[in-house]
This record gives sequence, structure tokens and C-alpha cells, in this order.
Amino acid sequence: MATEPASATLRPTRPPFWRNPAARGIIYQVLFVAVVVAVGIFLVHNTLVNLHRQNIATGFGFLDREAGFGIGESLVPYSPADTYGRAFFVGLLNTLYVAALGIVLATVLGTLIGIARLSSNWLVSKLSQAYVETFRNIPLLLQLFFWWAMLRESAPAPRQAWQPMGGVFISNRGVNFPVPQADPTYHWMLLALIVGVLGAIAVRGWAQRRQALTGAPFPAVWAGAALVVGLPLVVFLAAGAPLSLDWPELKGFNFSGGHSVSPEFVALLIGLTVYTAAFIAEIVRAGILAVSWGQNEAAQALGLRPVQTMRLIVLPQALRVIIPPMTSQYLNLTKNSSLAVAIGYPDLVSIANTTLNQTGQAVEGIAMIMVVYLVISLTISLLMNFYNRAVALVER
Amino acid sequence: MTEATHELPLPAARPPAASAGPLGWLRANLFNSPLNTILTLAAVYLFVVTIPPIIRWAFVNAIWSADSGRACRGDGACWAFIAEKLRFILFGRYPYQEHWRPLFVVVTFVALILASCDRRLWGRRLALLWMGGLAAVGVLMWGGILGLTYVETELWNGLPLTLILAIVGMALAFPLAILLALGRRSQLPAIRAICVAYIELVRGVPLITVLFMASVMLPLFLPTGVTIDKLLRAQVAFILFSAAYLAEVIRGGLQAIPKGQHEAADALGLSYWQRTRLIVLPQALAMVIPPLVNTFIGTFKDTSLVIIIGLFDLLGTTNAALTDANWRGFYLEAYVFTAAIYFCFCFFMSRYSQMLEREFNKGRGR
Repeated sequence: MATEPASATLRPTRPPFWRNPAARGIIYQVLFVAVVVAVGIFLVHNTLVNLHRQNIATGFGFLDREAGFGIGESLVPYSPADTYGRAFFVGLLNTLYVAALGIVLATVLGTLIGIARLSSNWLVSKLSQAYVETFRNIPLLLQLFFWWAMLRESAPAPRQAWQPMGGVFISNRGVNFPVPQADPTYHWMLLALIVGVLGAIAVRGWAQRRQALTGAPFPAVWAGAALVVGLPLVVFLAAGAPLSLDWPELKGFNFSGGHSVSPEFVALLIGLTVYTAAFIAEIVRAGILAVSWGQNEAAQALGLRPVQTMRLIVLPQALRVIIPPMTSQYLNLTKNSSLAVAIGYPDLVSIANTTLNQTGQAVEGIAMIMVVYLVISLTISLLMNFYNRAVALVER
Repeated sequence: MTEATHELPLPAARPPAASAGPLGWLRANLFNSPLNTILTLAAVYLFVVTIPPIIRWAFVNAIWSADSGRACRGDGACWAFIAEKLRFILFGRYPYQEHWRPLFVVVTFVALILASCDRRLWGRRLALLWMGGLAAVGVLMWGGILGLTYVETELWNGLPLTLILAIVGMALAFPLAILLALGRRSQLPAIRAICVAYIELVRGVPLITVLFMASVMLPLFLPTGVTIDKLLRAQVAFILFSAAYLAEVIRGGLQAIPKGQHEAADALGLSYWQRTRLIVLPQALAMVIPPLVNTFIGTFKDTSLVIIIGLFDLLGTTNAALTDANWRGFYLEAYVFTAAIYFCFCFFMSRYSQMLEREFNKGRGR
């Protein structure tokens, strides 16, 4: 034992490479990537073979071919003679339209219900709780079918249309309501509105700087509101108030004139709004509850009025809690608008579905839907992240 | 103890009637400010306007039995439609003589769900119970052994289909979700990138596209000649879809485990898998049980989307029942009934998850 040289036994031996964590990591990753790539190649190969066997050409060339199917409602001119590409565009616009309207309406309704849930009035609070529990626990698709059946099957024919307000008709052909007739003044009013919004932002900035320097407050909210509402109103009055409404009228079996929206659109919009509002209400409630009561008391001790407390103390803090879950609700609403396919509103998915049934271009059609929704999702989360950063707590 | 006092203690006075009892409660909760008084009156007006017509429709004027849709027209609800179509809505086209089998399946699922709510059973016993239950469900639905006639999956409709899609989907998505969540937290960049890509891709697209993919593209993906059943395709879509959402929930739990736990496990000489299995996962999963239940509710509601690819779940059989020419137009009755079934399941589970949340937060809420 002692005769052997010490260096032979005590010299640290390099462990074999499979005992080295770094080397093992590389081996694992190479194996994992290889398996994923192999599965991918297997699937792509099968797909190509199957497509070849069914004589389906791959690629996006079909987008330039004539679509040949009509679309019930469209924000841009469209006829069956247009291409598949244009049909997709129409569907995309319809999806964005219903999602944008739904987001605005659901936010308003959900915020109201969320605040009502916290009301000290027992009845109001229980009513909003009942709303939330009912609509949150029933599948959206069932709600869509319900609203659609109510409008399509249970609503009266145009001749006996319900008339909740003068000029507004609800019938099984949809909802018809009066719209102002186009007038060049409206373009100037739009311009005035933009100027008003920019002016309001400028006034707010100036008021904040002045308050920081001198401590003198300025009613920037009221001034801004006056600018935003007042400027277009001034333009409107200066042009002689050109308001001629285009009223819907019963002609034969349907209405003409005014603006009409289809039962499918109304059902989808009501369904998305009512369903998402239930979730938004819970988010708003949780956000407001997350602001500790001491903040309220401190604000009162400083002499702030309830509205000021809400606007200056509670809301800015609550928004930090509210925004991230709100973002995912907006994303959910946009993704849920794809259920339009079940009730026949021509959204992106429903048009893509028609296309892939006609052409057999399943892979391309589904890939296009996926890419569009991914882009929408990423855009909404990007915008909300910007807003989130703007209201986030500034820490050292 | 002390000497008798000279003055008798005054009996406690009753609080003034206006601040105690029902009257006080009304004052404090309904009429405590002018605004609240207005709101209360508005709410009461709303009740007066809506409740009596609803009661008249649903009970007073309702028709409970009729031979055909024509005999059922009136001012009230036609519950005779539900009575006529009950078995079709619940079990669809499953052979009529064999309806006891899907009924047993529904009972088994409800019993398993109820058993899972008992926290004393959580653990190996519950897992065994579930495995036994799912095996029984498979035997009952398929048949072909034990003297039961074989029933093809085309005929699995209604409530059992909804429950199977949701529960089997969730059970099989769960292990996949754990792997995805671990992969997303992995130190190895290639594995992390692939897991992140999968999760974000699936969460970024609507469930419908995943279902379309399963129904239209899955047949293309497979080698020529291999076909798989429609129900299985939808089930695979559900598993792949909910795995991404579950993975994010589980990741939340993994992130909440303090680093010291990992380091302590390393110091004990545990390997990665030992550390994950014995130290990290038990704590992480226990923490996220309430959001897991919420995800399950979401999946349960989402199963209704399978009607878009032509499967008849509970909502699908409801729609199919509405197409009967003899019983046309009872939309309200049908959807109210089906909504009530969905509501019972979802409401029960959400209440349970809220209760769990309160219980788990007991130690923290001070």
C-alpha cells in the first residue's frame, strides 16, 4: 500500500462525461430536438403523401382564385366573383369588428357590475352576484345559441317588429335603427374631435406640470371633456346643424333605409359581451378589494371627496391588479368570437371553413387562421403591456 | 362574594327598533343613503316587472304533459317537450334499451367527483378509485364483454360524452402539462424554447382551430390507411389544448416554491427527478388546486364546442331534439333545461374551489 506512489491514487480523476451535468444537458437537448424534428418530418411526410394521393396542390395559390360564395355581411364591398383572398379579408374585418365592439361593451358592463357587486346596497350586490354566477357557469356556445334562437325564431316578423324606441325595430331579420345621413360636415367634426383629444392631452400635461411647480390645481378633467365634446359640437352648430336621419321603413316584407345588423351579429355581440362581462366584473371587484382600506381612510383624512378618492387613490392602484387578467379576458373574447361559425356569422373562421371545404386546402386554411389569431393575441398583449407599464408602480 | 349590592343591576335595554332587527337591517343595507334608496327602489321595480311573468311562464301557465308540439302551444312553458325528449337530450342515439349504461356512467362520474371533494381521500386511494371508475366507464360505454352488447363511439352522445371529454381530457392532459411546465422552467435552452413555443402557440389560437385541426388535419398527418375514430380525434385535441393551459397554472405553482427547497434537495444529494417528484411537485401542485379546478370548469364548458366538428354532446343532442318536426320551436325550454345541467356542474365546482381557496389561505390571512 505504502509502496505505491501517492500521486497514482490521489490524483483527481476526471469523471466520465456522462457524469458531467453540462455534457448531459447537451445530450438531453440533442435527443429531445432530434425526437421533435423526427416527429415533425414524419407528420409532414405523411401529409405530403396524403395530399399528393388526393391530388391537392399545396401552397397559397388558391387565394387568387374566384371564391364563388356569398357573404351575408361585410364591411367592405364583396361579391362572389371576388377572390378567396378578399373573402378572408372580409372575414378578418368582421372578426376584428365584433371583437372590438365586444371588448368595449364588455368592459363597460363588467366594470359596472363589478362595482355594483361591492355596493353597500344588499339587493344590488346580490343581483350582480347572481348575474356573475349565472353567466359564468353556462357555456358560451349555449348562450350564443340561446340569443340566436330568441332573435331568429322567437322574435316577430318585420311587420310586427318590436319597437323599444322610436325608429328602432327588432325583428327576426335583425335590428334596424336610424343613422345620420352622410354629410361633409361630419369629416370636419371628426377632425375637430381629434384636435379636441390632442388638446385635452396637452391641457392635462400643462396642468400636471403647473401643479407640480406651484401646487395650484386646475380642473383638467372638465377642461379636457369640454374640448373633446365642445369642439365637434361647435363645428356641428357652425355648419348649421345638418342632421337628417335615415329612418328604417317597412317596405314589403323587410325594412329599407337606416342601418341594419343581422340576428347573427347581434346574438354574437350580446353573447360575447354578457359572458365576458361576468368575468370582467370579478376582476374589477378583486382589483378594488386589493386596495387596502387604509388608503381610503388616508384619502378621507387628507380631505379628498369620494370621487377624488376613487379617481386619484383607489383606481390607479386597482388598475395595476386589474390589467393583467383583463388582458387575458380581452384575448379570450377575441378567440371566442370564432364561435361565430356555429351560428353563421361570417367571421374569419367561418369563411376559412367554407374555403377549406370548397378547395380542400385544409393545411393552408388552418395555418392562416392560426397565424391571424396569433398576431391578434400578440398585438393585444403588446398594447396592454405598454399600458400596464404606464400605470405600473415606479420603484427605485 | 362581595356583600349584596344596594342597587340592582339594570336589565340590558333593548336597542332601538330602528337599529336592530329586520328594520335595522333594512336601514343599514338598503336605505343607508339617498343613492342606495333609489337603487333599492329600482331593483324592487325590476323584480316586480320581471319575476311575475317569469313565474307565470315557467309554472302557472306551463304545460307539463302533451302528446305533440301542437297541443303544447300556449302562454307558458312547454315542459312536456323536455319530458318527451329527456332521454334523447341526456343520452342521444345510444341504443334505447341500453340507456341504463350511460346513466350508470353519469352516476359513476358524479360519485367520483364527489369523492374527490373529500380531502381525507386525497392520495393513492383516490387515484385507484379513479382508475377503477374510468375502467368501469369504458366497459359500460363500449360493452362487448360481460354480456353487454358492443356500442360504437358514434352513438356515445349527450351528457356522458360531455363528461368523458372533460374528465378523460383533463386526466390525460395533466401529466403532459406537468412535463410542459417543468420544461418551461428547465435550465436547458432548447427544451425550454420548444415548451414555450408549444404553450404560447396553443394558448394563442381558439379551441375551434385545434378541433378543426384534429378533425381535418389529423387524418392527413397519419400514414395512409390508418384512420382514427372521430371521438378519439376530438379527445386528442382536448388533451393537447388543455395541457397548455394547465401547464401555465402548474408553472405558477412551480414559481412559488422558494429556491431554498431546491437547494436543500440538492444538498441531500437528490437527483433532478427525485427532487421534482419528492420535494417540488407535491408543494407546487397543492398550491394550485383552486386554479386547477377553475381550469377544469373551463374545459367542461369548452366541451360544448365539439358540436362544431359534428359530435353530439349535451348541447348537440339539445339542438338535435329541437329539429323534431313534431316539436318545433321550444328553444327557450330546451336551452333553459340544458343550461341548468351545465350550471349545476359548474356552480358546484366553482363553489368548491372557492371553499378550498379559503381553507388554503387560512394560515396566510392575518
